[in-house]
Amino acid sequence: MSKWKKVTVALSVGIMMFTLAGCGGAKQETTTKPADKKIVLGFSQIGAESEWRTANTESIKASAQAAGIELKFSDAQQKQENQIKALRSFIQQKVDVIAFSPVVETGWDAVLQEAKAAKIPVILTDRSIKMSSGNAEDYYVTFMGSDFVEEGRRAGKWLVDFMKKDNGAVNIVELQGTVGSAPAIDRKAGFEEILKQHANYKVIKSQTGDFTRAKGKEVMESFLKSAKADGEKIDVLYAHNDDMAIGAIQAIEEAGLKPGKDIIIVSIDGVKGAFEAMIAGKLNATIECSPLLGDQLMTATKDLVAGKTLDKRIVTKEGVFPAEVASKELPNRKY
Amino acid sequence: MMEKIQSIWNRFTSSRLCWPLAALFFVLLFNFFFTKDFFTIEMKDGHFYGVTIDVLNRAAPLMLLAIGMTLVIATKGIDISVGSMIAISGAVAASLIGGKLEYVDGVKTLVTLVPMPVAIFTALLVTTLLGMWNGLLISKVGIQPIVATLILLVAGRGIAQLITQGQIITVYYKPFQFIGTGYIFGLPFSLFIVGLVFGITFYAVRKTALGMFIESIGINAVASRFAGINVSKYIFSAYAFSGLCAGLAGLIICSNVSSADGNNAGLFIELDAILAVSLGGNSLDGGRFSLVGSLIGALVIQSITTTIYALGVPPEITLVVKSVVVIVICLLQSANFRKIVFSKWAQKRGIPGEKNAAKL
Repeated sequence: MSKWKKVTVALSVGIMMFTLAGCGGAKQETTTKPADKKIVLGFSQIGAESEWRTANTESIKASAQAAGIELKFSDAQQKQENQIKALRSFIQQKVDVIAFSPVVETGWDAVLQEAKAAKIPVILTDRSIKMSSGNAEDYYVTFMGSDFVEEGRRAGKWLVDFMKKDNGAVNIVELQGTVGSAPAIDRKAGFEEILKQHANYKVIKSQTGDFTRAKGKEVMESFLKSAKADGEKIDVLYAHNDDMAIGAIQAIEEAGLKPGKDIIIVSIDGVKGAFEAMIAGKLNATIECSPLLGDQLMTATKDLVAGKTLDKRIVTKEGVFPAEVASKELPNRKY
Repeated sequence: MMEKIQSIWNRFTSSRLCWPLAALFFVLLFNFFFTKDFFTIEMKDGHFYGVTIDVLNRAAPLMLLAIGMTLVIATKGIDISVGSMIAISGAVAASLIGGKLEYVDGVKTLVTLVPMPVAIFTALLVTTLLGMWNGLLISKVGIQPIVATLILLVAGRGIAQLITQGQIITVYYKPFQFIGTGYIFGLPFSLFIVGLVFGITFYAVRKTALGMFIESIGINAVASRFAGINVSKYIFSAYAFSGLCAGLAGLIICSNVSSADGNNAGLFIELDAILAVSLGGNSLDGGRFSLVGSLIGALVIQSITTTIYALGVPPEITLVVKSVVVIVICLLQSANFRKIVFSKWAQKRGIPGEKNAAKL
């Protein structure tokens, strides 16, 4: 008797576990409507890592609804295996177009070959990929999104213009994004490209802050102390995203320095938090990296289904925002 | 005199805290030589400022987790859901306090949806309840600890995201930031939280019979039950306590960056907490435990992390460096490993090493 009781309890707990795990794992949100041959787009999002990503998700969801496209949305929660699982399920469901924003650059060979075999076109959004063999471009129809190298260059150019220093050392510390991610690699490369033309600008420390506020703060604390120990002065902070810069600003304040004055800060993305920091005078500039590519994505999806060929590269429209324009620009920000 | 020193030395080397302390000592020694200004502490804005203060401040959440985890592990259990509970605790507190910055007549005003103490109490209550849920599954239903807590490990992040609606919630309410960034008597406030929790726990397990009950349950639960100990009650309480500790750690982490990040707050920290307990000389098999050891273990882990940042190890290889250091420490703590290596080494030097090595 009691044994059976135990079994039932264990079973019900097991069922609960699955339902709970369901809401934690791959969150599937489908906008289901009576479909008469509606275009189906499967989109796998990286996860809610920042306000930027949230705006990206919202833009895609809103545009899909407006364009009358059925969106199968899946959140990968920063894990490649979740994303691969999501892509496989899209292939199984025979969606018309797959779009995804890859968590990391590599490791997509197998799943993209499956998509190709199933003749489902793949669109990459805001991050690119690399293949271990063969040409990556054979596996996707278009790469839509920002040019991260250009963003790095813009950050570098803004800095050189702002500092107006051709002589005398300018010491820069860099907070990198997640190791191995495309924005981290490209934003570093673009920034360094500009610095090469100016020998007095030097990156003295560079470490990953994983694109998060907590890590950005922890690493900045360490930068401040070790730079002091080495007798170096940090003139500039270059953060690969705004959130790390916001974390670092707290570390700089706790060290008794004035962010934006004692240390010039430039970061990338242009999220609302960055504009608030600029209004408070704590951040000097943010390079926009627009997440609002929903409309462009939906147009591309429709074009694909209609049999049109797309450009291999679709670049989103973006700008540079120094602190002076922050208070004017803030009300317009969607993310 | 010599004999006295000898006997103190022998007592120290046979003490369970010997190797954890040695590990911490070596990490700090390394920093003494290779990291400039590691031990420099100065006053800044009325509080102490330096790398060692950073280590203590950053280790605070881990130390709290390690205290809870030690008790759980002593009952021969394990709690791998603490990382997710951190995310939940932060999410609850941040969303209750509210993420709106409002300007009234151009002046920033503090806006809270509910009074801060209520928010903090609710966050702690939620994680304690979640800990109780773990305890219930393990002590009453009889599910294995790693499986039972796995449920929350997976589901917890989903719950946290549900609360934050997938957003990073920024808390602009200044008083809340005190928990993670405030100072009392020049020392980080988080350390006082650790001190308080440690003090109460230490008193409870060493000055009452609680500690002995827990150890006895960890060694042999069946025998303990026959000896009249209410086994399931103590196991249940251990997990509830671990949940409370995770809740506190979550508040510190959330408050330190004034934002709640359902995805990344406390990610993989459960592994660090287990490692801290293990580095502290505690057996994952349960039974005898040392709270102090676990705290030292947590400090070792944070010191390694901070050292890596301070040395400027390239980001691509930081994890490798960290794991190599941890492997070395674990090997040195293993009595078997020391016996194999040091007895050979001693024999080579012509010293009858057997006895010494065994004593080490």
